[in-house]
Amino acid sequence: MREFLLLRVLSLVPVLFGTSLVVFFLARLIPGDPVVALLGMEATPEAIAALRARFALDSALPVQYVTWLGNILAGDFGRSIQTGRPVLPLLLGAFLPTLWLSLAATAVSLAIALPAGVVAATRRDTAADYGASFIALCGLSMPSFWLGVLLILTFSIHLPILPASGYVAPGEDPLAFARHLVLPAITLGTALAAAVMRMTRSTMLEVLDADFVRTARAKGLRRRTIVWRHAFGNAQIPIVTLLGVQFGQLLGGVVITETVFSWPGIGKLTVDAIFARDYPVVQGAVLLTATLFVLINLATDFVYTLIDPRLRLT
Amino acid sequence: MIASTSPSMRLPALVSNRRAVFGLVLVGLAVFGAILAPFLTPYTPDTPDFAALLTPPSAAHPLGTDDLGRDLLTRILYGARVSLSVGLFSVLSALAVGALLGSMAGYAGGWADAVIMRAMDVIFAFPSILLALAITAVLGPSLGNAILAIAVVNLPVFARIARAQTLVVRGLDYVEAKRAMGFGPANILIRTILPNIAAPLIVQGSLLFAMAIITESYLSFLGLGAQPPTATWGNMLRNSIAFLDLAPWMAWFSGAAIFVTVLGFNLLGDALRDLFDPRNT
Repeated sequence: MREFLLLRVLSLVPVLFGTSLVVFFLARLIPGDPVVALLGMEATPEAIAALRARFALDSALPVQYVTWLGNILAGDFGRSIQTGRPVLPLLLGAFLPTLWLSLAATAVSLAIALPAGVVAATRRDTAADYGASFIALCGLSMPSFWLGVLLILTFSIHLPILPASGYVAPGEDPLAFARHLVLPAITLGTALAAAVMRMTRSTMLEVLDADFVRTARAKGLRRRTIVWRHAFGNAQIPIVTLLGVQFGQLLGGVVITETVFSWPGIGKLTVDAIFARDYPVVQGAVLLTATLFVLINLATDFVYTLIDPRLRLT
Repeated sequence: MIASTSPSMRLPALVSNRRAVFGLVLVGLAVFGAILAPFLTPYTPDTPDFAALLTPPSAAHPLGTDDLGRDLLTRILYGARVSLSVGLFSVLSALAVGALLGSMAGYAGGWADAVIMRAMDVIFAFPSILLALAITAVLGPSLGNAILAIAVVNLPVFARIARAQTLVVRGLDYVEAKRAMGFGPANILIRTILPNIAAPLIVQGSLLFAMAIITESYLSFLGLGAQPPTATWGNMLRNSIAFLDLAPWMAWFSGAAIFVTVLGFNLLGDALRDLFDPRNT
């Protein structure tokens, strides 16, 4: 098992290498001079010369790449064209709001999906099962920005009880923070809830058919113990896998949700930077998100071994 | 569900499946609307009508009008053309290229396999919306670039399935037989392996169709898809946000069009998957 995890960590090296290559070349694919792209049209000749030297733009591409990667690894993501401020603090500042939103969305989705999935599986082929499964499919088909707009229409315009947009830091005013968080978290959590519910249902169906569940029933255990302790306990691995994959996709989903609700996270930062042609920020944000995505997938693999004792022993 | 081996045996099962029929009806509605758009409405999608700005649904405009007085039903019908063609072309090109790359990797093995599949891993290392966003941002916003971006992000899905299936098929007798008869790898790949691994790829394609339509609407919503005045469901919804309190119908119907179409493809894709998945016997 330890070897598997070691191999898994090593397999990240080529992926992260490739990711950095893609981000590096994306910026080179922008039509026009990368220096103008990086500094904007109003750059002074001195600034242009300094940047050419710093990024080794007059050398061969591999040299340019190594220089660029060296800067990134040293924490130097360049400066924002719009504000002139270093990119790294911008990224770190946007990271917390995105983290809160992703965690809240995950919590919303688990609170809905796990009970719904278990109920659908234990009452297989009843109206409750069909209803829950159909609602989940609708959730999967729901474009998140539409859900966001409908929620704003209902809870901010018709019944003005929740704010339609904006962000308040939790340390500043926890209640205002929570009120601003509700609608974006539901918007982002819905698609996740749908996917988790479907996975919970199908895994529970498999586990409920297993021999050990029949044994537990034959022993006369209470139904609740069987369903939640024996069956659900064993259904967690595929659910955790899916959750890991989906948490990564959540990082993509925040792009849309944050834009709809003006939530100042990584997603909104990326979109705003794209429209401002602020390429150093775009580069940094895409690289950071992709790295997080890869690391979350790795963490998912580690979590399996915690949940499944069989994997720990072998 | 009854397991059957030939596709012709599966068709009746598909029709008897209520989910599949419901999905087919929804998808059919979108296709019908897209093709017959000019015959279904007296209006054109892009001509402003300043006498009918932001009118609520009425007999003349069943779904109301937008801020330029354009008929929303007309724009939704024409928007279906964009959504469906983006879905179709992006999924088909991802399927074709992905199947070829994946089967080559699986058949050749060795360094070709390693290079192709690591490249696919890299594409998979980005959340799909983010990568599509970055690609369209770099190439410039347009319909063609949206198709390209969505095709690229879906490429690894098809490549992985094609590779896994090729590894199974590669060792089977009929492939061995062709090799013994002296056929070259290109011939074996295209004539023998690809047709035999097509079914799971097509099922995956039908599921990704729904994803592709949603991704296109996200790109349009952010202003990175087909450019105005072309009507797309995503840019209509984006436009609606400024008028939420004045004309909420703008938001209702453009979003509903995306939702209903995507639901149709999801229902159909689910039914197809259940039908082809041997584990569901």
